[in-house]
Amino acid sequence: MASEVLMPALSPTMTEGKIARWIKSEGDPVRAGDVLAEIETDKATMEVEAVDEGVLAKIVIPEGTDHVAVNTPIALIAENGEDVAAELAAKAKAPPPAPPPRLAPRVPAAAAEPPPVPALDATEYAGPTTTMTVREALRDAMAEEMRRDPDVFLLGEEVAEYQGAYKVSQGLLQEFGAKRVIDTPITEQGFAGVGIGAAFAGLKPIVEFMTFNFAMQAMDQLINSAAKTRYMSGGQMAAPIVFRGPNGVAARVAAQHSQCYASWYAHVPGLKVVAPYTGADHKGLLKSAIRDPNPVIFLEHELVYGESFPVPDDPEYLVPIGRARIARAGVDVTIVAFSRMVKLALEAAEALAKLGIAAEIVDLRTLRPFDVETVVASVKKTNRIVAVEEGWPFAGIGAEIAAIVMEHCFDWLDAPLVRVTGKDVPLPYAANLERLAVPQVADIVAAAREVTYR
Amino acid sequence: MPVKRKVEAVPLAANAVAAPRLSPDRLTRFYADMLLIRRFEERAGQMYGMGLIGGFCHLYIGQEAVVVGMQAALEAGDTVITSYRDHGHMLACGMDPKGVMAELTGRRGGYSHGKGGSMHMFSREKNFFGGHGIVGAPVPLGTGLALAHRYRDDGYISVTYFGDGAANQGQVYESFNMASLWKLPVVYVIENNRYGMGTSVDRASARTDLFHRGVPYGITGEQVDGMDVVAVHEAGLAAAAHTRSGQGPVILEMLTYRYRGHSMSDPAKYRTKEEVDRMRTEHDPISHLRQRLLDEYRVADSELKAIEKAARDRVVEAAQFAQECPEPDPSELWTDVYAEA
Repeated sequence: MASEVLMPALSPTMTEGKIARWIKSEGDPVRAGDVLAEIETDKATMEVEAVDEGVLAKIVIPEGTDHVAVNTPIALIAENGEDVAAELAAKAKAPPPAPPPRLAPRVPAAAAEPPPVPALDATEYAGPTTTMTVREALRDAMAEEMRRDPDVFLLGEEVAEYQGAYKVSQGLLQEFGAKRVIDTPITEQGFAGVGIGAAFAGLKPIVEFMTFNFAMQAMDQLINSAAKTRYMSGGQMAAPIVFRGPNGVAARVAAQHSQCYASWYAHVPGLKVVAPYTGADHKGLLKSAIRDPNPVIFLEHELVYGESFPVPDDPEYLVPIGRARIARAGVDVTIVAFSRMVKLALEAAEALAKLGIAAEIVDLRTLRPFDVETVVASVKKTNRIVAVEEGWPFAGIGAEIAAIVMEHCFDWLDAPLVRVTGKDVPLPYAANLERLAVPQVADIVAAAREVTYR
Repeated sequence: MPVKRKVEAVPLAANAVAAPRLSPDRLTRFYADMLLIRRFEERAGQMYGMGLIGGFCHLYIGQEAVVVGMQAALEAGDTVITSYRDHGHMLACGMDPKGVMAELTGRRGGYSHGKGGSMHMFSREKNFFGGHGIVGAPVPLGTGLALAHRYRDDGYISVTYFGDGAANQGQVYESFNMASLWKLPVVYVIENNRYGMGTSVDRASARTDLFHRGVPYGITGEQVDGMDVVAVHEAGLAAAAHTRSGQGPVILEMLTYRYRGHSMSDPAKYRTKEEVDRMRTEHDPISHLRQRLLDEYRVADSELKAIEKAARDRVVEAAQFAQECPEPDPSELWTDVYAEA
């Protein structure tokens, strides 16, 4: 009997992809390991290899088809000598098979359904927008700033030929050439220092870390060389530089590749730290970061790269560093979040609304300098606060928010602040344990009910 | 001192090798520059003892020929970076001894307004990029300065100094690799003063011929008598010409010696007094050059005495300024953390 070739998943977060090209044609003999086809997602390209030996009897999904769900049969391989035609004819008469089960999203709420598109803050921008993914918004921000300023360049692992490990730098090498889009060896401490040295000389590098987990190798350069030099030199010298890349918990990559570094960097005077959620904020804040004369740590999130948002077309659309955003207005409880946790907070707000609790969601966007005013104003309105973050609780951003609230609006509080954080353990690999370790919508709902006593 | 040795991964540019014989005036200038550093450092040591300078203070005494010979081989516009034994580099770059000394005393007239101290001083004007306290860290930074020269195609080079201790840091080799891969204009000057703090090179390095360290990356290295300012200068000219012509980095290992301790608090248990005395009497770069100026170049003793007096006067003036200058205003605590966006 013929065996089915299923649409494979290129990554733990992939749910669908495109059949870019069939390498084999119907009737071709196939041996195990032969490349049958190329498939593409917005993130990567990969070859599909045959597992069984036989003849490529039938191409079920033609070349060029997009949005093919993972696990959909895309071809049939017949055993040698098997009469596929007869089998196909028989199949044609049989009732169609049940659709293959979609892979359950391995981090709940990661990419199951497109999120409701949040409206832009009309007070900030009312011009035309284009809906695009966060990764495209980041690419456009870099391209626009590189067109505007010849001193801006991109440096990092796989940023040029490979087009970005997470496809964020797509097309930049083609537009700006190898002088301004520079592939580095795998040498984080070295290339971070090289970027800072170039910034001392007045250039404006964007240094991409493939993920911020690897930036720990470069920590001394980031703190001792980038953050402190302006102060140590009495203002004579500094590093106008952006360090960017995905931060936080990805999906099923376990402890060494899943950590939120927000509180590490936010601890350091001399650094600015940005962690946006929406596409407009990714673009507007990255542009502000590139223009900023100070070193900026720009924390992205792998699970947000593929989300789509309306993004302003105006190349002068800048989001100021240091200002939070009210992502949803409410009166009963303030929920403070940043990066991907904003998405979960918004979902929690929906659930809370059904319980009659109107939550106000503050999207911090910047962690340093911290927008004390917006958070405090919200608490003075709601009198209750929940702080959400993906990172560990001890000495985390939530702990800092608790201190800020104590210092600025203690008398307005009707309940102690409650934190929703990643659990105080290295991130486990097993799907069920990972789910337990990472904040979930239900955790935020529970925390909001706790502080509202409802 | 051992004779000059070389390992050629890439032959140095032929036109750069024949250095012209230095004029008496030029050599006299070297003498004056080395002497200024020597007198400055002696005074800094005294002021440390008096409690006027605090914290870490790493003196350059004994190593003066390295930075003076090297800096004289550069063009205005070339950039310089080093680690924490940096007072000599600042003076050789033309920074004002008053500003350097006032930084050592933590006063507002210091190069960093008193906020950097001995190890953290910079001069944009003189293209001196620090003054860095972390062993090895200036090496990628200096490589980045070279990247900026290449990016702007300005014809200048980066001179990146570090010590024999730093030569074992991983980021040094990350830098060698990138600099050679991208053919960056940088001269790496390893100031091998034989001891990383209290650990001699042969107790820290599996191979002690540090000029070989670039071989796996295709970088030519040369070992130079760092107690001879003329040898340093000639090697510096050749290395600078080579890297300036686009042929990639060069490593110069300068065999030198520090007479004083690693910092001001040094137990001096790791080497003998005889060793130090022998270096001072037989290899001192300053007294050696003085003798040559008198014997070979027929410079008048009175001229040298005038130079010596001038150096002493400049240092006295710097020390006076550094003591009279007020401490930074308390408001300086909060300045220079960020620039306005």
